This record gives sequence, C-alpha cells and structure tokens, in this order.
Amino acid sequence: MSFDVGYTTADGRTIGGVLMEMKNITLRFGGVTAIKNISLDIREGEIRAIIGPNGAGKTSMLNVINGFYHPQEGEIIFRGEHRKRMRPYQAAKQGISRTFQNVALFSGMTTLDNIMAGRQLKMHKNFLWQMLRYGPALNEEIEHRRKVEEIIDFLEIQAIRKTPVGSLPYGLQKRVELARALAAEPSLLLLDEPMAGMNVEEKEDMSRFILDVNDEFGTTIALIEHDMGVVMDLADRVVVLDYGKKIADGTPNEVQKNQDVIDAYLGVA
Amino acid sequence: MRVRVGVSQQGCLATLRWRSGGNILTSRIAPTGGLDSIPKLLARNAREFGDRPASREKEFGIWQSWTWAEVAEEVNALAMGLLALGLNANDHVAIIGRNRPALYWSMVSIQSCGAVPVPIYQDSVAEEMAYVLDHCSARFVIAEDQEQVDKVLEVQERLPALEQIIYYDKRGMRKYDHTAMNAYRDVQEEGRAGHYRLEPILQERLKSVNYDSTCVMLYTSGTTGRPKGVVLSNRNIIEASRTSAEFDHLNAGDSVLAYLPMAWVGDFIFSIGQCYWTGFCVSCPESPETMQEDLREIGPSYFFAPPRFFEGLLTAVMIRMEDAGPMKRRMFSYFMAHAKKVGGRLLDGKPVSLIDRLKYALGNILVYGPLRNRLGMSRVRVGYTAGEAIGPEIFEFYRSLGINLKQLYGQTEASVYITVQPDGEVRPDTVGVPAPGVEIRIGETGEVFYRSAGTFVEYYKNPESTKSTKDPEGWVATGDAGFFDEETGHLKIIDRAKDVGKMADGSLFAPKYVENKLKFYANILEAVLFGAETDKCTAFINIDMSSVGNWAERNNIGYSSYQELAGHPKVLDAIQAHVEEVNASLANDPMLNGCQIHRFLILHKELDADDGEMTRTRKVRRRIIDEKYADLIAALADGSTEISTTTEVTYEDGRKGSISATLEIRDAKVFPRRAEAA
Repeated sequence: MSFDVGYTTADGRTIGGVLMEMKNITLRFGGVTAIKNISLDIREGEIRAIIGPNGAGKTSMLNVINGFYHPQEGEIIFRGEHRKRMRPYQAAKQGISRTFQNVALFSGMTTLDNIMAGRQLKMHKNFLWQMLRYGPALNEEIEHRRKVEEIIDFLEIQAIRKTPVGSLPYGLQKRVELARALAAEPSLLLLDEPMAGMNVEEKEDMSRFILDVNDEFGTTIALIEHDMGVVMDLADRVVVLDYGKKIADGTPNEVQKNQDVIDAYLGVA
Repeated sequence: MRVRVGVSQQGCLATLRWRSGGNILTSRIAPTGGLDSIPKLLARNAREFGDRPASREKEFGIWQSWTWAEVAEEVNALAMGLLALGLNANDHVAIIGRNRPALYWSMVSIQSCGAVPVPIYQDSVAEEMAYVLDHCSARFVIAEDQEQVDKVLEVQERLPALEQIIYYDKRGMRKYDHTAMNAYRDVQEEGRAGHYRLEPILQERLKSVNYDSTCVMLYTSGTTGRPKGVVLSNRNIIEASRTSAEFDHLNAGDSVLAYLPMAWVGDFIFSIGQCYWTGFCVSCPESPETMQEDLREIGPSYFFAPPRFFEGLLTAVMIRMEDAGPMKRRMFSYFMAHAKKVGGRLLDGKPVSLIDRLKYALGNILVYGPLRNRLGMSRVRVGYTAGEAIGPEIFEFYRSLGINLKQLYGQTEASVYITVQPDGEVRPDTVGVPAPGVEIRIGETGEVFYRSAGTFVEYYKNPESTKSTKDPEGWVATGDAGFFDEETGHLKIIDRAKDVGKMADGSLFAPKYVENKLKFYANILEAVLFGAETDKCTAFINIDMSSVGNWAERNNIGYSSYQELAGHPKVLDAIQAHVEEVNASLANDPMLNGCQIHRFLILHKELDADDGEMTRTRKVRRRIIDEKYADLIAALADGSTEISTTTEVTYEDGRKGSISATLEIRDAKVFPRRAEAA
C-alpha cells in the first residue's frame, strides 16, 4: 500500500489518500508507558478500527488523535500538516469529533439541545444576538436546527427529540452522542466503544448507522470496539495494540490470521 | 349497472356545494355519478378542493402539507413513470412500508395505470412476504426503505415474476445493483420528462378503469392457513366509503391520522376510500414511535384504533396518575367518578339534572378537557374501535370523558362495514346495527351472514375458498357466531363459529368470551383457553409487562426479563385472583358457567406474530399454539404441578433461538353453578 494512492475495499468502496498519519508515537504517564513507538495512518473515507485487550492503549491512542494527550515522542500529520501541541477544541475546529466510552452528554438537556450543542463551533453570532433571537441570529438558528433535524431523521431518534437524555436508556444515549458528534459535520469521527453495553439488536442498529454515516457523508471513522464480530464486519483496516505496542495492522482477514493477535487474545501457553 | 357517460362530470360536480352558513363541504353525489374509481375521485378533488390540504407528513420536525392539486400531480408523475417502466394493465404491484403519503399516492398511481395495488404488512418477515409476492405474481414492488428492499431481495430468487423494485427512501441504497431498481423520485422524474409521450397512454388506461375493476387486493392475515388475497372492486370500496361517510357525516373538513398498517382494510377505507370520497386530509406520523405525540399535534376529528390501543393509553394514564401529587389525584378520582355517572348519558343525549351538568362542565375545565387534549382526542367527533372485544370499563372511560367512541364489526371481505353503532345507541357489549346497505342473517348454527355492496369480488386464485365463503346469492359467511339482542336490536358476537364447542357434559365452550373477560384485567395481556370436549377448562396467561412491571417496581420486586417476572409467585397470586374473579362471574352466566377455569399457567414468553403464534393483527392462532405447546396443555390436563419446557423463539431479524423454563401450574377456585347452588 502506497501512502498517496488509495485502495479499494472488500465491498468495492474506493478509499483515498492518508488523512492522518502518526509516526513513532510514544506516550508516557510518569513511569508508565501507555503507548510505545506506534505508527499508524488513517485514510480518507475508511473505517479504521483500533482493537486490543484491556489496557492495550486504545483509548490513549484516541486521546492522542483528538489532541487531549500530547505524546512525548513522535509526530502527527493531519491533512499534510504537522500538528503542534494543541487543545481538543482546536482538533474539533479542524473537523475531528468523537464519542466517549462512558457516555458524556448533558443529562438534564433534551436530545435536541444536546445535538444543537454539537453545532456550537459553527455558530457565529455572538451571545447578545442569540439572546435577542432576532434577525441574523434567528436565521442562523433556523439553519442549524434544520441540520440537526436531518441528523435526528438520519439516526431515527425523532421520538426522543424533546426527552431529557438522562432519562433515556443507554443504547439511545449512545445514539444521541453519535448525533452530537455528527452535528459538527466532522471529517474524522472517533468512536470509543460505540457498542459497549448494548444488546444484539442495538448493536446491529448502531453498526447500520456507522456504515450509513460513512456511506452517506463520506466521513472517515476511527473506532475502538471490543466486539470482534462487529469489528470484523465494519472495519476496512484494523490495527491491533497490546501493552502499548502495535502487534498487527491490516485488513480484518489478515489480522485474524496473525499469530501475535491470536496469542494476545487467547494467551500463550 | 354502471352509469358512466349518462351524467356529465360538470353536472355531478354542480351538486358539490358549500353548505350555507358553514364552512363544511358536503359532497352530494349520486353513487355512480361518473366517479367510479379512485383516480377519478382524485381528479374531482384536485378540481374542487385544489388548494385544500390532502396529505400531511411530519418530517424534520415540521408538518409538511400537500394540497389536492399537488397530490394529483405527484400521483400522475409516478403513474407515467410506472408506464415508462413498462407497467401493464392488471399487473399486481406490491407496496411495503409504513404510513407515508408517497406510498398512499403510489396506490392511486397504480390504479391509474389500470394495475392493482397490493399493500403488504411492513413487519412481515421475508418468508411471509415471499408467499404474498409470489401468490399475486407482483411484477413491481414499491418499498419504503432499505430494510424492506433487503427483505424482498432475500427472497427474490423465488419470485420469477418480479421485475422492478422501486424504493422511496434513498438512504443506504447507493451501493445496490440498480439494473432492476429505481428510486421513487427518479421514476416520477422519468414520468414528468416523458409527459408528452406518456400522458395519452395514461388517459387511455384511465378510461378502462371502471366501477367493476379491481381497486385493491388485500391479504387477510388468516387465523387459519395461508393468507388469502381478497379482491375488492372500486364498487366495493367506493360504496362502502360513501355509505359510511354519510352515516357518520364525514366531510372535507375532517382530519385523520394514518398510523395503522396500510395492508389492513380499515386503513385503506379510511385513508383512501373515505379520504378520496369526502376530500378530508390524512396525516402521517413522523415515525411509528412518535405516533402519540403526532396524534396530539394533529388532533384528528375522526379516529380509529383497536381496543388494545385504548387499553394501553388508559394504562399509561393510570400509571401517570399514580405518580401525580395527592391534590391532582383526588381531583382526578372525584371528577372521574362523576364522569362515570353522567358522562355517557350526556353523550347519548339522555336527561341529566342541571346540578350534574354544571358539575360535569366544571370537570370538563379541570380534568376532562386537559385529559382529552393529552390523549390527542380533543377534536374527535367520531371514534371507532373494532377487531376485538373492548373491556366495558375501558370503553366507558373514554365515553365518560366526552369522546364519542363507538364499536363496529367488520371484515376485509365486507370492505370493513357489517354492523356499526349509531350515535346515541352505543353499548360496550354489542357491535351495533347493520351498517347502511348491509343485510344480515343468522344461520342455523348461529353463524353470522351478510350481503352488501361492499362484499368482495373473490379470493384471488382461490375459487374453492370463494365458493365456500360466498354463496351465489352474495351471502358471505363471517365465520363468527352471534345473535341479535332482542332488547336493543344490536348484534352480539360470541366467538369464531368454529371455536365454539361443547364441553364433555354438553355445555357451551366459548373460549374467546372467557379470554376477553380475562384480558379486561390490566395485568393480563393475552389468554388462551383450552377444554373443548373435556370436563375441565384450563388456560395459558400472558402477563402485561408494562402493568405488571410497574407494579413490581412499586413493590420492590426485582426482575430482569419477562420470563422471570412471569414466574414470580406474587405475580402468580395476583393472576390467580383475577382468574377466580372471572370464574365467579362465569358462575352466574347460565350459558357459559361450564367454562370456569380449573387450572392455569403463566407462559414463559409472550405470544408473538414472529413465532406464528398470533396474526399480524394480534389474534391468537389456536392450531399453532395447540401444536407448539402440546406438552404444556397435557400438563394442565393431567394434574401435575410443574412442567419443564423448551420453546423455539424467532427474533425480529428472523434468527431463531430457544428458551427453556420450568412453569408452575396453579389450581383456581371454581364456583358452583348458580342453578345448582340455588
């Protein structure tokens, strides 16, 4: 695989060039090394999965990608530019949005308001205009509401539009979180265990939505997931981490056959 | 027979006029005044009510409306597009999806082409769908979205006649092979683009559509055996719509919410037949889950729901009232007690004292009005329930609030209407008097027969069934046993004629009658009675998860599944009390006191249409239950106190699994017959 030209996936989608490249990333917390010299790339339009046993450094990797952690060594190139030390909101401005392992929504607010919050970076009228809710601010809000309604329709959450998210079941909260991430119209969407704690039916729904997001909006998706069946079905390429090291990288088929991966998951006798 | 050119279009339209002093349009058109098909009614509506709303749908959180003129344009564009795709006259086109204006329009487009629309239940699994699609040899399928397209593709190989799939929602469809697949809007565009070429063909086709051509084909859910395709002509649909609209004074100012399955005859009559006849507006909910909220926003004036819906709503109200503050609770119970006393009488126009009237008016401001609004029934002028018996208390609850809820009795083969309750003559235990234009007679065995203009043409490709159901004089056997109440002249239905049997001692065995008595308890969702030809009746019970679950929460009873809750001893105690109450009331019934329940068990799973245990309209399929649960039925009969069993279940996506459980069998107290006791 060359770095500039894309490739064609098993289901016939064409994947573009490199969107984000991480070279030799090392991340330490005091004496603990969470990530050891890992390099990986994410290409335009693909669904990239990061998997590994507990404590392998998956979430740390995601936090590095969205600028929450700053690696001690290595470099990150996003859209061909070297990334400097930055804050997560700057990453959001660059078009990276994410969901969290344990849902992080404003639980007292309605689904609609939570998703509207996801458009915050795209609203330009200042606080006073918004308080007046008149003229340009009103037009802006209508425009954003329309976008949000499209997402609500897309994720089929019309019935909970006005429900405070705190009272929703977990599976739906996950969906609202995805909706909020989508509201920012990201070019790179990071999903941290989008299917944790869901039943089979909810997992299938969520898988459908992830594929549809990728297909309809052309969003590049990087996801962490424990359910191997889901990962193998969804992902175009999978990177496997174990104890902060990369042990495999390739298509689901290649990764499944890799002896190191089998050892990491099943243990070595 | 059919008068077509005798009355000019202009002539019949002149009789359509605004009623003086009001803004309600009344259509007074001779039954055959040239309007002998749904497309012709559409053309009339587009001319007469061109700028009035015909369809509404909530999308992106906003109600979108289409006027009759716009609907006519949409319908014609799709019709021409279908012609461009090669749709022939008399072809069958299946429509699969939830209630959406575009799918309703597509039915009229299909009719305009001289073809036959066949709506299919959208929650059917691929297997059921395959049978219907194959049986009607559908050449085209119009599917709502990817989910439905996938189901059709899954069984495509068994459908040699299928040529084209047209889908409405484009989402997720990009990657599909489009050689024999088109988007709904693209088909319409094709039609619009080929307008000059296609319009004359469409006009030609329209001419061939008349009162006796097929309007729609609906598959009956079939409590027994394979579904049957009921062929209904324009005459059936338009006559049934016309007479029923006149009976209830429906007019263009009315409004309905379409949320019941499109494949069900009732929805076809309300959302197409009566809608096109009177010109009223049909609104479609945003999604099935938002129905309740959409109902409140639309506030329909004409409303239909199965008893189950009213039961569910009442349960929800009662649960919320339990959680309300003490002040509200007291106000609610005080005024509801008053409504129970006089509400129904007021609705029936019977004499009520001035004090009671004033008290009711106050209650209307404080409780009834807000509650009606909450239920989305503030504007309901005519409300119907049918399909199953409704609990008298539930029925009275809605009527006492001032909602004109009535019952009707009908079936697909009759284009719905057999009997209806006229305003002011409403009772919970009857189904009313013969609908206008319907003749009824009771057979020697007690079976109900009817004859009307709405009587179906035939069962498609099934002359034997047609013959055994409809005799040469047009009398149709309903399969239900019933009798006319001598006091009121209303029809009363006891049960399916073939289910009514005898006990070993010769007394009457009417399972549904007893099951309905059980189901009137909020805790019991479903019941199945056994015992024909034996000396003791036994029963299966399904508990109602929402009601029993709520009770369990209040009493700190933990549970993780239906199965666990159903097996809880306290739940069994509660159900036993209900069963014994039913036995006590049966003991007083001279005809049915042999049907008291001696033993019962609570099933470890809910009876489900996906497992074939119920029809899509949620009627119990006894034959399947007899086979599937033979071990449980035997255990009920042989006196054992416990039984272990394993049952196969089908998940929503069609996969199969199994659940095992050990069920406790309880004995219920049986009461001596009143005659013997006395």
